[in-house]
Amino acid sequence: MSELRELYQEVILDHNKRPRNFRELEGADRHADGYNPLCGDKLAVYVNLDGDVITDISFLGSGCAISKASASLMTDAVKGKTLGEAQQLFERFHRMVTESELTTDVESLGKLAVLSGVRDYPTRVKCASLAWHTLRAACDDAHELVSTE
Amino acid sequence: MFDVDGVRRDFPILQRTVHGKPLVYLDSAATTQKPRQVLDVLMQYYAHGNANIHRGVYLLSEEATAAYDGARTKVQHFINARSHREVVFTRSSTESINLVAQSFGRQNIGPGDEILITHMEHHSNIVPWQLLCEQTHARLRVAPIDDHGELRMDEFEKCLSARTKLVAVVHLSNSLGTINPISQIIALAHQRNVPVLVDGAQAASHMPVDVQAMDCDFYVCSGHKLYGPTGIGVLYGREALLDAMPPYMGGGDMIRSVTFEKTTYADLPHKFEAGTPHIAGVVGLGAAVDYISGIGFDKIATHEKDLMKYGTAALSEIPGLRMIGTARDKASILAFVLKGAHPHDVGTILDMEGVSIRTGHHCTQPVMERFGVPATARASVAIYTTRQEIDQLVYALHRVRETFPL
Repeated sequence: MSELRELYQEVILDHNKRPRNFRELEGADRHADGYNPLCGDKLAVYVNLDGDVITDISFLGSGCAISKASASLMTDAVKGKTLGEAQQLFERFHRMVTESELTTDVESLGKLAVLSGVRDYPTRVKCASLAWHTLRAACDDAHELVSTE
Repeated sequence: MFDVDGVRRDFPILQRTVHGKPLVYLDSAATTQKPRQVLDVLMQYYAHGNANIHRGVYLLSEEATAAYDGARTKVQHFINARSHREVVFTRSSTESINLVAQSFGRQNIGPGDEILITHMEHHSNIVPWQLLCEQTHARLRVAPIDDHGELRMDEFEKCLSARTKLVAVVHLSNSLGTINPISQIIALAHQRNVPVLVDGAQAASHMPVDVQAMDCDFYVCSGHKLYGPTGIGVLYGREALLDAMPPYMGGGDMIRSVTFEKTTYADLPHKFEAGTPHIAGVVGLGAAVDYISGIGFDKIATHEKDLMKYGTAALSEIPGLRMIGTARDKASILAFVLKGAHPHDVGTILDMEGVSIRTGHHCTQPVMERFGVPATARASVAIYTTRQEIDQLVYALHRVRETFPL
């Protein structure tokens, strides 16, 4: 079970059980829906902006522990950041969960580092990245449904 | 007496480990494993007998043709078709359904006509009809199911109308395990002269299929769910229907003569088998139906029924587990959701314990919606499944509970 502990860390289980920023932002500046047709995970991301600074962010939806925890951690991580900074964070996060050998400086990812175990489960990478794809779509102001496929 | 250990020795893959644990393969509903008897035939075919079939005047081609045609006869007997002309080889159950939709459907179904399916169909028995409806302006009607996952026969009968031109219904549901009262369905449809297609992809490895006794008009199944190779499917069609239907694909092997002015088509079943077929797949399927027949459905059904009873009881002991699909007449499928743990997390944790199950919507999204769940976890049993494997599943589910306490 040691491998599993690495995937389902306490922080992930906690964010799954008590997701942060788990609500709709009424009248949000930006909003997008994300969908993973392989597993049926669905989530909506809401963003308020001041210039290009993310002043508030929230999400709603249903999914596995990985996708829910990842969305929850993401909202905490990007609040107060500029869109450019959030995009950079996504790129580093994506590298962390997809690279075969861990070379990303996980320290710089803060709490998001708890999801680094996902890279050992290729089928679960999409669970971890759905929220981020959806955030990007919201920031690009794309109104269509974002899909992982 | 059914010798499950002997059966298991026929399946080399069951010897392997995953994540350092013995493989507990409980995803036979997605695809069954293959016995040595099938693997040997495939190897022998490619190593010793490979040649293109029909029209070759040399020994190898004659042997390959005999093996191919011989396998058709085996499948004919396996489903008790009247003639080998009623057995068409395709790539899959899916292709078989698409063939009927595009060939029979486009010829016989028009604007305002109705195609009747059920709420428990696999996407492969929904989407081909939706495509046909778009093309012909026909309408798709869906007969409802109840909370146990049984077809509501009273509603089904009401859905049959003067406009119904075809009924397409699953024999054994892949996501619920429900066995539909197929003879009754067919009798109701036939009273109104409506032909019936039966999707037997899931059923054919668990119960004897007798297309004459059933009196269906089309029956489809897949080799890879029958202990045979992937990429090979079967379409049974009543000869008179197949005869009247236009070809689905054009090409070599499906013609009698070709000129630029006029082409005439080959007789059944070749009219529907354009191009070089999956010869090895067909030969492998022949070996697979021999294997199943050698064991016999009496023994298979007794063994699998015991596992279903044992598994259903064992799963009901898991705190927070809800079975999805509790029909009275059921086979092979143990689908469930666990409170507080998403099916994908369940699947990953089970995998670490060596237990392979399927998680997701199982290509039956309307069923998921009907039961108000985004996905389910599904274990499925087959001839090589043991009670010990069910125990291992239960053990692993307790590990899930440790990670995701109620």
